[in-house]
Amino acid sequence: MTDLVIIGGGPAGLAAAIAAYDNGVRDIVILEREESLGGILKQCIHNGFGLHTFGEELTGPEYAWRYEQEVKKRHITCKCSTMVLDVTPDKVITATNETEGVFTLRAKAIVLAMGCRERSRGALNIPGVRPAGVFSAGTAQKFVNIEGYMPGRNVVILGSGDIGLIMARRMTLEGAKVHAVCELMPYSGGLARNIEQCLNDFDIPLKLSYTVTQIHGKERVEGVTIAAVDSSRKPIPGTQEYIPCDTLLLSVGLIPENELTQKAGVGLDPVTGGAVVDQDRQTSCDGIFACGNVLHVHDLVDFVSEEAEIAGRAAAKYLGEGLSKTTSITLKTDGKIRYTVPEVITAQKEVRVYFRVSNIYRNVTITVRDGDRIILEKQKKKVAPGEMEYVVLTPDMLAGGRELLFSLEERL
Amino acid sequence: MYDVAIIGGGVVGGMIARELAKYQLSVCLLEKENDVAMGTSKANSAIIHAGFDAKPGTLKAKLNVQGSNMMRQIVDELGVKYKQNGSLVIGFCEEDRNQLEILFERGRQNGVWGLEILDGNAARKREPNLSETVTCALYAPTGAIVCPYELTVAAIGNAMDNGAELRRNFCVDSITKTPEGYCLYAGADVVESRFVVNAAGLYADKIAALVGDDSFNIKPRRGEYILLDKACGNLVSHTIFRTPSKMGKGILVSPTVDGNLLLGPTSVDIADKADTGTTAEGLTHIIKEAGENVNGIPFGKVITSFCGLRAVGDAGDFIINSPCSRFVNVGGIESPGLSASPAIAKMVAEMLQEQGLTLIEKENYNPKRKAMHSFREASLDEKNRIIRQNPAYGKIICRCEGVTEGEILNAIRTNPKPADLDGVKRRTRAQMGRCQGGFCMPYIVNLLAKEMGVMPTEVTKSGGASVILTGMTKEGSI
Repeated sequence: MTDLVIIGGGPAGLAAAIAAYDNGVRDIVILEREESLGGILKQCIHNGFGLHTFGEELTGPEYAWRYEQEVKKRHITCKCSTMVLDVTPDKVITATNETEGVFTLRAKAIVLAMGCRERSRGALNIPGVRPAGVFSAGTAQKFVNIEGYMPGRNVVILGSGDIGLIMARRMTLEGAKVHAVCELMPYSGGLARNIEQCLNDFDIPLKLSYTVTQIHGKERVEGVTIAAVDSSRKPIPGTQEYIPCDTLLLSVGLIPENELTQKAGVGLDPVTGGAVVDQDRQTSCDGIFACGNVLHVHDLVDFVSEEAEIAGRAAAKYLGEGLSKTTSITLKTDGKIRYTVPEVITAQKEVRVYFRVSNIYRNVTITVRDGDRIILEKQKKKVAPGEMEYVVLTPDMLAGGRELLFSLEERL
Repeated sequence: MYDVAIIGGGVVGGMIARELAKYQLSVCLLEKENDVAMGTSKANSAIIHAGFDAKPGTLKAKLNVQGSNMMRQIVDELGVKYKQNGSLVIGFCEEDRNQLEILFERGRQNGVWGLEILDGNAARKREPNLSETVTCALYAPTGAIVCPYELTVAAIGNAMDNGAELRRNFCVDSITKTPEGYCLYAGADVVESRFVVNAAGLYADKIAALVGDDSFNIKPRRGEYILLDKACGNLVSHTIFRTPSKMGKGILVSPTVDGNLLLGPTSVDIADKADTGTTAEGLTHIIKEAGENVNGIPFGKVITSFCGLRAVGDAGDFIINSPCSRFVNVGGIESPGLSASPAIAKMVAEMLQEQGLTLIEKENYNPKRKAMHSFREASLDEKNRIIRQNPAYGKIICRCEGVTEGEILNAIRTNPKPADLDGVKRRTRAQMGRCQGGFCMPYIVNLLAKEMGVMPTEVTKSGGASVILTGMTKEGSI
């Protein structure tokens, strides 16, 4: 029996392990599927990580390395090149690696930190042929930054999320020509600083309300047809443009990787794609916690680390004196606010509620209501789907509550 | 000089190669692409039809039922997946009901057993997610599903284990007759053989024309498909057909042997034999019709879409004939070609024998091929025993489909060996899962490069110019 098993050795898993250790847990095992720790940060060689956490602008590998050192200092057991195959509701984990074969671990507590995967060409049903040269942006990033190979020389990118924007710059810096970044929505899903530093600085056109309607090329991509889309995101006839290229990179959505979560019988939030959790990041299954991108897709790794610390600390408490649930407050949203994490509050203590909005809104008032009683109001000049926000709820705000409604209004 | 050269490495050519490999003959299979099963054999409905659809008296009808009966033993020998899940042809009105009665009668004449006509409620009892608008159905318990490219690869692998040879990237562009037989040219490359079988799929008419036979034409008929996540593989258990029309069997909804849900195919005549592109209209059509057949299809769980081209002959039936001495055409093998393939192979062997090919059985012929997916079926203890001997089986490469490095290396090293990413994909299912290779592709590129002794930049998706990587970073920078 292992006290705490952490599935995933990326930034979330590492921070959770450190927090659990620092709060008294000693019997910890981190299971990581890649050859080394650090998760997706290993291939994010651009800087911009750690502004909140360290007050410095680090590259992804540097940020990951700092946490890896802290894990090493504490002599926390890490099994790399180990793939978890199954997690049962009674916390039996089946995993496999070359040295131990297929083995099981019984855990008293589990932290799920598996991160997310990218949506693929197949899931988009882009018509046309299926030649070589279509990559999800993250796979292309792995080839360029880790393997040292170019996925292509003449690139079109679909999707202006951060990965697409970062790869637009990356490919350009490595000698490719990026012809355009097309974005289905009328706004970009990425951070404002990435639009500046990855597109504008390199004169790469951003085509908003555009999509790829066809891929051409028998063996290797020869070009793509792009078209403008209307308000229901359907291609507008007559707006087609053909762009000759040999590569199409897709940055069209991240999907939290919750196959194991489902096997463990944990309830998922259909909006986030991740587990429903409370303020301690405990899921519907006592002793199973979730944090990082597997819970909801983050923009800033600093928030991932903070969230993972919450989960790690809570796991330690669960293993020690226990986590008591003294209340049960459901958090609901009005649709303009797409989701909150946590979705449920089980203790009357200060909690940061993170949320994302469903569109770009300006001059907004964010309101939290308990029935008719307004318990919090926050003004913001601008909110966007690509930038995670939060509000702080204090214990007295939570007193007596059963259901809280998060809503948003634009002040005109 | 070979005894028999087979042009075309699809399921038909593969089954013929396997059949002939039973005898003391030298057999060579010629495939124009970088891998076998690259044509219609990898993009079809994957169904072993019960045999009620084809008109009685046709080759299609006779060979479908015969092939379907043979298939049970063959899938066992070849160690490939097979599931007799049964077919339901659904109807929505009186006209459909009449058509189902016609199919019932056809099936009876063709020798199909177990056919039943059901009313809507009885159909829904067996298949709860059928639409409420279904009023009648034809139930065929002998309908089955396979993985068509797994079957093709296994048939050819077994043929090769028994001495048959495979030449890939061999596109026959001219044929000359000699006193002993035929010279088959692919550019400057030549293969000589006493007998030739033309199983060239979409290009069977072109090959026939090379020996002066202009008697038939093959036209491509496009069929698009949508494949959904394994999470919805249980939505239906039978293969659900619509009442067929002139253009074909209609949009079906079927589980696959691997547990996915398959929707399609469309049916559109096109001009270009090399155009396997999907279309927006086709995909929309599939979603609409599939949704009319079955309730609750989670279209948000699409993993991929693809397209196959049927080789439609203009004779109305399979074209299996001999235009000149020691040359057999096997053309126009559209549905039920997959089902009929082993029976076609037997028929072709008999035709060749009639033309003078001596068939003496090999003493050490082995009809069995080790199942390539045996590792995942093994018990925990057996798996760990294998891993202790070969640690690569402990390392998962394809997370979505749970494919180990050991299985991938085994597939790369087993005849017919893959020489590109798609070949590895078809043999192992790695890259076929939810993330469609997003995680595992870089690993497989490296494994394949190492096994083939080439640079990763030489690894292709499917041969030819389909390179994955265009060079190293910083080459040709500004």
